[in-house]
Amino acid sequence: MAQDVLVFVESRGGQIKRPSLEALSEGRRVAAALGSHLVALLAGSGIEAKVTQLFPLGPDRILLADDDLLGLYQPEAYASLLAEAVRRIQSGTVLLSATSLGRDLGPRAAAKLDAGLAADCTHVEVTNGELVVKRPVYSGKALATVRFSGSPVFVTLRPNVFPLRSSEETSPEIERLELNFDPARARVRAVRVEESVGAEQDVSEASIVVSGGRAMKGPENFALIRDLAQALGGAMGASRAAVDAGWIDHQYQVGQTGKVVSPNLYIACGISGAIQHLAGMSSSKVIVAINKDPEAPVFKLADYGIVGDLYEILPKLTEEVRKLKGQS
Amino acid sequence: MKIAVCIKQVPDTETKVRIAADGRSLDETGVTFVVSPYDEIAVEEGLRIKEKRGGEVVAFSVGDERVSTSLRTVLALGADRAVHLKDPAFENSDALGLSRILAAALKPEAFDLILFGKQAVGTDRGQLGPRVAELLDLPHVGVVVRLALEGDRFTAHREVEGAQEVMEGGLPVVLTAQKGLNEPRYASLKGILAAKKKEIKVLTIAELGLNPSMVGSAGARTRWEKLELPPARTAGKILKGMDPGEAARELVRLLREEAKVI
Ligand SMILES: Cc1cc2nc3c(=O)[nH]c(=O)nc-3n(C[C@H](O)[C@H](O)[C@H](O)COP(=O)(O)OP(=O)(O)OC[C@H]3O[C@@H](n4cnc5c(N)ncnc54)[C@H](O)[C@@H]3O)c2cc1C
Ligand SMILES: Nc1ncnc2c1ncn2[C@@H]1O[C@H](COP(=O)(O)O)[C@@H](O)[C@H]1O
Repeated sequence: MAQDVLVFVESRGGQIKRPSLEALSEGRRVAAALGSHLVALLAGSGIEAKVTQLFPLGPDRILLADDDLLGLYQPEAYASLLAEAVRRIQSGTVLLSATSLGRDLGPRAAAKLDAGLAADCTHVEVTNGELVVKRPVYSGKALATVRFSGSPVFVTLRPNVFPLRSSEETSPEIERLELNFDPARARVRAVRVEESVGAEQDVSEASIVVSGGRAMKGPENFALIRDLAQALGGAMGASRAAVDAGWIDHQYQVGQTGKVVSPNLYIACGISGAIQHLAGMSSSKVIVAINKDPEAPVFKLADYGIVGDLYEILPKLTEEVRKLKGQS
Repeated sequence: MKIAVCIKQVPDTETKVRIAADGRSLDETGVTFVVSPYDEIAVEEGLRIKEKRGGEVVAFSVGDERVSTSLRTVLALGADRAVHLKDPAFENSDALGLSRILAAALKPEAFDLILFGKQAVGTDRGQLGPRVAELLDLPHVGVVVRLALEGDRFTAHREVEGAQEVMEGGLPVVLTAQKGLNEPRYASLKGILAAKKKEIKVLTIAELGLNPSMVGSAGARTRWEKLELPPARTAGKILKGMDPGEAARELVRLLREEAKVI
């Protein structure tokens, strides 16, 4: 039997993060292909009751680390916990979702174990008993196939890319994992989390994103974007041109120097499709462009598009969506 | 304050990607190389802190001869000196190898603050900050959008999904810079002239006391087996010359019935 596959399952505010469930689901597939066991490490504070949420994804075993100290992210405590879990079960493959926590924790834990890590992967295969992954590089303009040597290997998975497949419900063995970390040793401490004003859905976590660009001309017009996003149950995004103009906060920026998103549906409104913007959204499943210039580069990438004035089209589109959803 | 900034030289973000003949790397003909944009933010933060509190800013970079131009750029911006980690044995190092090289170079100098970019554009890995922190047994805060220093304590805001985590701690610390932390400056003519006289020290594997099996291809735990262009998207359906209401209705229908995403 090959070495176990370990999936790190992240929680925030006592809730399991959906991207971690995607990672667990992918872990099930990888473990089956490797002929190994699937182990989930669920970490957080006040998280014990949530453990059953993992059952439908088919872990053989669950390590539960429920500790006040894990309530807020602390890189050293988390890295020591993950490395400890890897050693304990002698895991050969460690999967995390490439969330902001996963992308920070993965490399620190990998460094503890002298392990290789491939970040933000979009494909995972097992060929001849070996893990092979693909990851977008050069801002999504190319795809690198990465192979590993040594053990364990760490992989972080881009959120929203891997499907949630329920597997045969198991009754996994649950074991507590004590956090072996002296809080006095913590040299940095998360003191609080400041939710973003407006606290809407974050672009990087939404399955539908509606973005506005320079054509929005001012902060007030983002109401058109927000209305459509809300009608669709999605999140709002923006190009850098709109962010730099000060019309909308940087947290909404999609692209090379903003967030990378891969929603099911991405609607770009009044965005030309500069390479640095595409870098942040080209792995979206369905791309829609609304632009008055038929030559705008964004149309080359779009699955659907409307050539026209967004000020005329967006209100109609929002109205149609509301009708469809029975919201009006 | 002793401040270190680790910088990587990367292809300009406008680069058109062509695959090299080996099928696993970027064809570098005609590519312009620049300091990775997040590293510019790290440099700027280092310079601002030095301007307020005194001390020195030292730039580090691992790479071949070409990298010295980027180190010169950072010196022109105001860094005091640079360390170029250059050795044939370093070629093809992965994140693990690079972290060992940088940690070996940083360790003897006892910096108060070590700055990285949140990720190097191009390879988009985002690994080196946390890895080097671990190897040096230092704490780190990643993806920092706001930083305040007071004495030997700091408060850093780190960007996470839909929120910022506020982290506090003491120096020394490793930080990785995210856009929003500051607006990087441009080099002045005076800075460019001054940079010519500043020191770029070259350190090789022997001087760092590293074993060749720990770095380069020999020490790599990951390797690129293949580099390919992403699958081309098939031409989309573009609605042109329609009345806005009609176009909106048709788009909603397509998204519902054909794409099945709403
Ligand atoms: C290092 C670097 C990093 C960068 N990072 C990012 C990044 O992370 N994200 C990002 O987005 N950009 C980034 N950029 C900037 C990028 O190059 C572009 O400048 C930016 O994306 C342009 O934004 P835009 O498409 O909104 O504006 P424009 O390119 O000005 O496009 C506006 C579009 O709106 C259309 N339009 C105008 N009026 C209307 C109307 N009434 N109805 C419909 N359409 C209309 C126009 O036809 C045009 O196509 C980066 C650049 C650099 C150099
Ligand atoms: N070759 C290098 N030399 C010095 N610093 C580097 C090098 N590569 C990466 N870095 C630093 O590490 C950060 C993260 O890089 P990466 O992990 O490659 O995405 C970069 O933003 C730089 O600050």
